[in-house]
Amino acid sequence: MGKAKVHRTPPSLDMTPMVDLGFLLVTFFMLTATAAPDEPVAVDMPSSVSEIKMPETDILLITVADDGKVFFNMDGKYNRQELLRSMGERYNIQFSDDEIARFAVMSTFGLPIGQLKEFINLKPDERKGVNQPGVPVDSLNNQLKDWIIFSRMANPKLRIAIKGDSDTNYPVVEKVINTLIDNKVNRFNLITNMERNPS
Amino acid sequence: MAEVSQGGGGGGHKGGKVRAKKASTKIDMTPMVDLAFLLLTFFMLTTTFNKPQTMEITMPEKPKPEDKLPEVNEKKVVTLVLGDNDKIYWYHGITDPKIEVTDFSANGIRKVLMTQSSQIPGMILLIKPSEESRYKNMVDILDEMNITNMQRYALVPITPTDKELIKESNL
Repeated sequence: MGKAKVHRTPPSLDMTPMVDLGFLLVTFFMLTATAAPDEPVAVDMPSSVSEIKMPETDILLITVADDGKVFFNMDGKYNRQELLRSMGERYNIQFSDDEIARFAVMSTFGLPIGQLKEFINLKPDERKGVNQPGVPVDSLNNQLKDWIIFSRMANPKLRIAIKGDSDTNYPVVEKVINTLIDNKVNRFNLITNMERNPS
Repeated sequence: MAEVSQGGGGGGHKGGKVRAKKASTKIDMTPMVDLAFLLLTFFMLTTTFNKPQTMEITMPEKPKPEDKLPEVNEKKVVTLVLGDNDKIYWYHGITDPKIEVTDFSANGIRKVLMTQSSQIPGMILLIKPSEESRYKNMVDILDEMNITNMQRYALVPITPTDKELIKESNL
């Protein structure tokens, strides 16, 4: 008896469906990915069990860093243009049309209004290197108050959110909250990370 | 497509007609597929699905000078003072209170809130964050109010009396 010969075929596998799926997923993730907005400070948010999602538009975001600096951001290109125009009038600073257009596409900043013009005229990658002192919130020179007033005039639908770092000292947050209450903003959001409800 | 092909190159011919060798129409797509999966991995790992959560709080309006503030029975009032190092000082009532200290763990403040609210009908909580407390403490205590379903609480500034009480208690 001769040995039974095993017929060998080269191991070949049709990978077409896998590759199809692979490309489908690539396309999906590429289209859903959003570039993270560049923030001047890293903020480590506290967590809460709240399940309310943050709305995506009409947000005025006040960021409080752990060293007590306050940063300001508002969305909406046209609202930002209007905001800078009225802030310029309030503080007697003349912003050119070009500067207003540049401000409209900027993100979070934390500067006294006097330094803002210089900051706007920097190139976007130069802005990252600037050590921003924060928006003044002292009772004598409360510029945050004016930013809030004029933002709400530019966009009445605005919702106000506070994004604070866990380690921020309470007095700073208190100052921000009091500024909001003084401007009759009694309802605002605190941005937190998610935590599981223990009950 | 992207299959792994083996051999198939050397099939010698035995006499007969000499055929023109046809070039294979198959393209090796392995590098492309490799790249595609690399990108897939990258986007999958960098995508974050969780939008930030928010906690909505509504503060009372600033009382006008002519407004009459409501008076409450001091027996119903429980004061929580947020101290340094994540400590919570709390006391029941206002005159001659007995200060106790607790923390933010599940057996700490949550237990206190549960027992107090079952003993005191219509309990009113006053949350007083001290200057040494951090933002995290404030968020945590408001969160605790949500978890334990407290109906009546208010965030109020700390008074010098409270500070003295805490200093005296040495807790």
